[in-house]
Amino acid sequence: MLSIKNLHVSVGDKPILKGINLEIKPGEIHAIMGPNGSGKSTLSHILSGKSGYTVTEGSATYQGKDLLEMPPEIRAREGVFLAFQYPVEIPGVSNVYLLKAALNSIRKHHGQSEVDAMDFLTLVKGKVRLLEMDEKFLYRAVNEGFSGGEKKRNEILQMAILEPKLCILDETDSGLDIDALKIVSEGVNSLRSSGRSFVMVTHYQRLLDYIKPDFVHVLAHGQIVKSGGAELALELEEKGYSWLEDAEASA
Amino acid sequence: MSASTQEINNLINQEYKQGFVTELETNTFLPGLDESVIHKLSKIKNEPEFMLEYRLKAFRHWQTMKSPEWAFVKFDPIDYQSISYYSAPKRKEDGPKSLDEIDPQVLEAYKKLGIPLDEQERLAGVAVDAVFDSVSVATTFKGKLKDAGVIFCPISEALRDHPELIKQYLGSVVPHTDNYFAALNAAVFTDGSFVYIPKGVRCPMELSTYFRINAANTGQFERTLIIADEGSHVSYLEGCTAPMRDENQLHAAVVELVAMKDAVIKYSTVQNWYPGDKNGLGGIYNFVTKRADCRGDNSKVSWTQVETGSAITWKYPSCVLTGDNSVGEFYSVALTNNYQQADTGTKMIHIGKNTRSTIVSKGISAGKAQNTYRGLVKVLKSAENARNYTQCDSLLVGDQCGAHTFPYIEVKQPSAQVEHEATTSKISEDQLFFCQQRGLSAEDAVSMIVNGFCKEVFKELPMEFAVEAQALLGLSLEGSVG
Ligand SMILES: Nc1ncnc2c1ncn2[C@@H]1O[C@H](COP(=O)(O)OP(=O)(O)OP(=O)(O)O)[C@@H](O)[C@H]1O
Ligand SMILES: [Mg+2]
Repeated sequence: MLSIKNLHVSVGDKPILKGINLEIKPGEIHAIMGPNGSGKSTLSHILSGKSGYTVTEGSATYQGKDLLEMPPEIRAREGVFLAFQYPVEIPGVSNVYLLKAALNSIRKHHGQSEVDAMDFLTLVKGKVRLLEMDEKFLYRAVNEGFSGGEKKRNEILQMAILEPKLCILDETDSGLDIDALKIVSEGVNSLRSSGRSFVMVTHYQRLLDYIKPDFVHVLAHGQIVKSGGAELALELEEKGYSWLEDAEASA
Repeated sequence: MSASTQEINNLINQEYKQGFVTELETNTFLPGLDESVIHKLSKIKNEPEFMLEYRLKAFRHWQTMKSPEWAFVKFDPIDYQSISYYSAPKRKEDGPKSLDEIDPQVLEAYKKLGIPLDEQERLAGVAVDAVFDSVSVATTFKGKLKDAGVIFCPISEALRDHPELIKQYLGSVVPHTDNYFAALNAAVFTDGSFVYIPKGVRCPMELSTYFRINAANTGQFERTLIIADEGSHVSYLEGCTAPMRDENQLHAAVVELVAMKDAVIKYSTVQNWYPGDKNGLGGIYNFVTKRADCRGDNSKVSWTQVETGSAITWKYPSCVLTGDNSVGEFYSVALTNNYQQADTGTKMIHIGKNTRSTIVSKGISAGKAQNTYRGLVKVLKSAENARNYTQCDSLLVGDQCGAHTFPYIEVKQPSAQVEHEATTSKISEDQLFFCQQRGLSAEDAVSMIVNGFCKEVFKELPMEFAVEAQALLGLSLEGSVG
């Protein structure tokens, strides 16, 4: 599904990612952990096409195509979805309007007709129930006045409706209360399928209790310094990152 | 400039689609302005004597006045002697009795603009007065309106057929001494719409006037007068376009609204005069005086405007809240791009007790354009418990444009409550990226964001106009839910 090879990314003159290698197969869940400022959001952004970054070396191939060449909206229509660490507000634009516009642009890209209004509402209301949200959120302006946790849940609502193939979740768990974390995790689990892959950026083992990853990677100073199975997250919880960074420094 | 800002600019730089010229045989005065021109104008329009006197009085006063310089707009002095003050498509002597007698070219021009004058083709429920250069060429649904007692006709016709109403109301809201452009208009106005809604009548359809400047080197001086008698209701729509020409053309209109006791007037404008080219060449100077007098108790006037055209816009639709409990509203979207300049806003003058006013202004500025909100809220000593709420929001696209806000507040009555809120924002790259990440093209994303920004104003527009307004802002809101 996604193959990242020796990816180097800078902002201005400042190198941030320094040779990332990552293979993600359909159906897999990869957790990415690592200290603040190590480059996790940068990786999420570069994969989803945010401007302002320069790729200085390396490649990212998505479903056999050069991902880095595609405009951001094409990546989205081809199934790349980013649940933002900091979702933006769009005053005056209702959530349901955005959702319909997004869904239709994706459908159009795949040669499908616009979604029928009734089918759309049935779909949306089903997902709203799945995530135990109030239907009122549909008619509020996108993220405007939403609490931190509500914004995160709203991201997952969008994901559930757009049904992407590669889901990148940037710290979706931060800001969620204990019950919300459970509900959102169940929502994510219900989307798991053999054709859909997840990249989950997180700082906490707790999320991984609910959504069990196939792989855990540690990102430090712009490189993946260690990869392992779900048990690596437990080890990190216990020991922190310093032993890995020290190892890297002495390597 | 980043890629996405470039995209935003491309989007806003859409071509002007109404810029065609209609080739016609016309009756056009030679350029120039003196008393003989006014005599000629009054004569060709077959006006009663009192109108000629009114015009001459206004002209003499205008000659003592100076062009105003306080607005935040820049332009070279206008040579009033180089303008022609009358241009009309040639037609049969007494004016067209039916559409068959109108020059087919003129009908075609309106059709191209999406305003078919044929009643069958017209959206049911909207009566149209079409003003082409200096004259009204057609008014639809006259019969149906007449049955309801509503008078809707060209003002030149009202001068002849309803002189008592004209004498009583013309200049009673905007006197000929009011300002430079209003004085000029009083002297040389050519046509416009006249509306009278009798007591207790709810106008059975939307009334609308479509203004078109076609001829070169002419000014359009239109005059609109709407009188809503006690307990009546009317909704009036106004649209405007002009061909693309390299020279600037002057449009100096006066609109007067009178709302008697318990009457309601809703006045909506979509102004899309030619804005000039990308380099600021050409375009209409839109210098307009619009004012409503809420003369009776419990009356209400609501102005809604979407201003996207004109090289320069200078206009402040206002409400004089004379009657007790009367209500004034102003909802505005003004978009300027390239070298367009807009200095627009409103005046709310509270005189009666418990008068209320609401101002919602949305300014969008792109390219090198300047967009100014200028508003006055004045509460006189007599206006006990007056209330005003003002909200001015500016949205900047790119970093070479400007947005300015000049709210003036004068309160003489201590029980009054006046609230003012103002914000300035930019379409952020993060918002744009978020929308693109959900699959929207940059164009659709900008449309959606601008549209969201203007939502509070668009929801005040009548349905057909809301659609036109959104299209004008480069928005495609196909299949909107919620
Ligand atoms: N536009 C930018 N300009 C300058 N520096 C930047 C820019 N974007 C990111 N950086 C820097 O790159 C580094 C990586 O940032 P990034 O947001 O990817 O970290 P992160 O791993 O997501 O951290 P956190 O866990 O705190 O979310 C940081 O040092 C950050 O300051
Ligand atoms: Mg981050």
